[in-house]
Amino acid sequence: MHKIEAERDAILERAVERSIEHAVFGGELGRRAFVARVGAATAAAALASVFPLGAARALAQDKPGPPEKKDLKVGFIPITCATPIIMAEPMGFYKKHGLNVQVTKASSWAMIRDLSINGETDATHMLSPMPLAISLGVGSQSVPYVMPAVENINGQAITLATRHKAVKSPAEMKGFKFGVPFDFSMHNFLLRYYLAEGGVDPDRDVQIRAVPPPEMVANLRAGNLDGYLAPDPFNQRAVFEEVGFIHLLSKDIWPGHPCCAFAAKREFAEKTPNTFRALLSAIVDATQYARDRKNRKEIAAAIAPKNFLNQPVEVLEQVLTGVFPDGLGTTKNVPDRIDFDPFPYHSMAVWILTQMKRWGYLKTDVTYKKVAEEVFLASACRDTLKSLGYKTPDTASVKHTFALGKTKVFDPDRPDDYLKSFAIRKA
Amino acid sequence: MRRDRLRVALYSVLIGAVLLGIWQAAVAGKAPGKSIPGPAEVATTAAHMLAHPFYDNGPNDKGIGLQLAASLGRMAIGYTIASVIAVSLGVVLGLSPVLYRAVNPYVQVLKPISPLAWMPLFLYTIRDSAQAAVLVIVMSSLWPTLANTAFGVASIKRDYLNVAAILQLSWPRRLVTVILPAAAPAIVAGLRISVGSAWVAIVAAEMLIGGTGIGYFVWNEWNNLALTSVIFAILAIGVIGVLLDAGLGRLSRRLAYTE
Repeated sequence: MHKIEAERDAILERAVERSIEHAVFGGELGRRAFVARVGAATAAAALASVFPLGAARALAQDKPGPPEKKDLKVGFIPITCATPIIMAEPMGFYKKHGLNVQVTKASSWAMIRDLSINGETDATHMLSPMPLAISLGVGSQSVPYVMPAVENINGQAITLATRHKAVKSPAEMKGFKFGVPFDFSMHNFLLRYYLAEGGVDPDRDVQIRAVPPPEMVANLRAGNLDGYLAPDPFNQRAVFEEVGFIHLLSKDIWPGHPCCAFAAKREFAEKTPNTFRALLSAIVDATQYARDRKNRKEIAAAIAPKNFLNQPVEVLEQVLTGVFPDGLGTTKNVPDRIDFDPFPYHSMAVWILTQMKRWGYLKTDVTYKKVAEEVFLASACRDTLKSLGYKTPDTASVKHTFALGKTKVFDPDRPDDYLKSFAIRKA
Repeated sequence: MRRDRLRVALYSVLIGAVLLGIWQAAVAGKAPGKSIPGPAEVATTAAHMLAHPFYDNGPNDKGIGLQLAASLGRMAIGYTIASVIAVSLGVVLGLSPVLYRAVNPYVQVLKPISPLAWMPLFLYTIRDSAQAAVLVIVMSSLWPTLANTAFGVASIKRDYLNVAAILQLSWPRRLVTVILPAAAPAIVAGLRISVGSAWVAIVAAEMLIGGTGIGYFVWNEWNNLALTSVIFAILAIGVIGVLLDAGLGRLSRRLAYTE
């Protein structure tokens, strides 16, 4: 596969494939039997004589070649969003898929970006808006990226300093200094969405700064920040340290929102397609394992050591199981506080792009859908899910419902109308 | 003389005890984990870490000895490169007052820039985080040596240079037998300041780039708010700094001369 096809082509191609299989072999069983009898090469030749493109694809699906490169480095930021990427090392998911992966910790998202662009890591943990921004050359040099899998959905929170215990609504947050992990993060866009829905202009009424997640608790304690919308464990850690409380879980803004992602340079996916596929399989496999709630305690123990998150197991368990003290004296039970779902819906990318436009990060006009299809590789993820025997969504673009206040629905087919519907915006 | 030394030692110990006492008093009575850890906790951590300085549990978890070695190695490369550049350039500038005055404005502009400010630029251009860190060390340890070398060479007694000229010494010989020895005390003074600033910069640079090194260790422990480890690392950084300075101090005493 020299080019990763756009979603539409992929669907078309699979339909063609299936009909050819039926025509030539009489169904899936017939094909297997035929390949087994005459060997893959002959089968390929036979199929190719009928329809070459389909042949390559069918065989690639049946038995992918060995990885071109086995020793890989994958970068990560020590947060629970990276759970599948991290746990895949101690729990052996990379090994299972024939790879020898070393996960390397980075200190900030800017470092993650530069390590990846510079080729010091082969693939990397990223915030889901990052591959879009980097591909567009916004806040970075322009390098084509692909994002074949989301890591986690939900799992973030707005944490406020203990001295703001009385604060209940955005209107009371005017003048606050907020931290977000990076400009191009769901955190930044969700915090801005939250504030703006409450009538607070995030560019005029408050200050939002990029602070590396690991430094957030220290900044909150020092009074340098009034609050943050941050990845865990740093929300729960603030409660653990008695310096902050959890004001709102991000799932109460957009239930099922994407957060972190698995991404790589497009070049890596094209030059070493088998490695890319194996790596994606390992990640998707691990993500599905993390999705199962009964595995969460085991995972918390696997990723807590110094080599990975370097956090107390207790805090990680509170995050991953969703049974946690909120810092205001109540213990909550929110099973979907954080969840894991690898499928990168194109509609998620379109929403992110509308927000980049809304807040002035994206200054040019782009075709949202086209960018979304080029970067969010829904078809690659679907193939991988299928090959591992998991169910896949029917379509790569869905409407998303925002739960905050008055329910709002985002229609990915009408991004411009959506953008215009906001009273507070830059563009 | 002997009595003086005894009194110095006595005062030193006393000051240390007072500082420890203040530290202990400041944290006494507070629940562990809710304030800065006390001397006893740090000592326990220190003992534990010093007992296994070279363990290696993978790329993100190594013993304190390995971390310090990584930092020292990185620093040695950057410091050597900077010293070679600074001494060569310093000699040229010291010998030519005109050139010195021409270059001086640029040096003055570059000198006050925090070496860390170069980091994003280095990362973008050389595309390698390890090399970028080394270059940060180069930028931090260049200027003191350069300025001191230029000053030292410029203030060599004219007589020495005249004698060398009369004897018709070749330039390499003039350099090795007259210029460098005459300027040596000033050069080493510069090197001594440079080694200090290199050590300061490496910790900060490693906090940014991650990977290995004592700076990264501090950052990693900070993630976990493990302040005992952070305090221990601070002490270790200080001790290494003293050793580096003492080494160059000894060198400078050897090279000192009276006219």
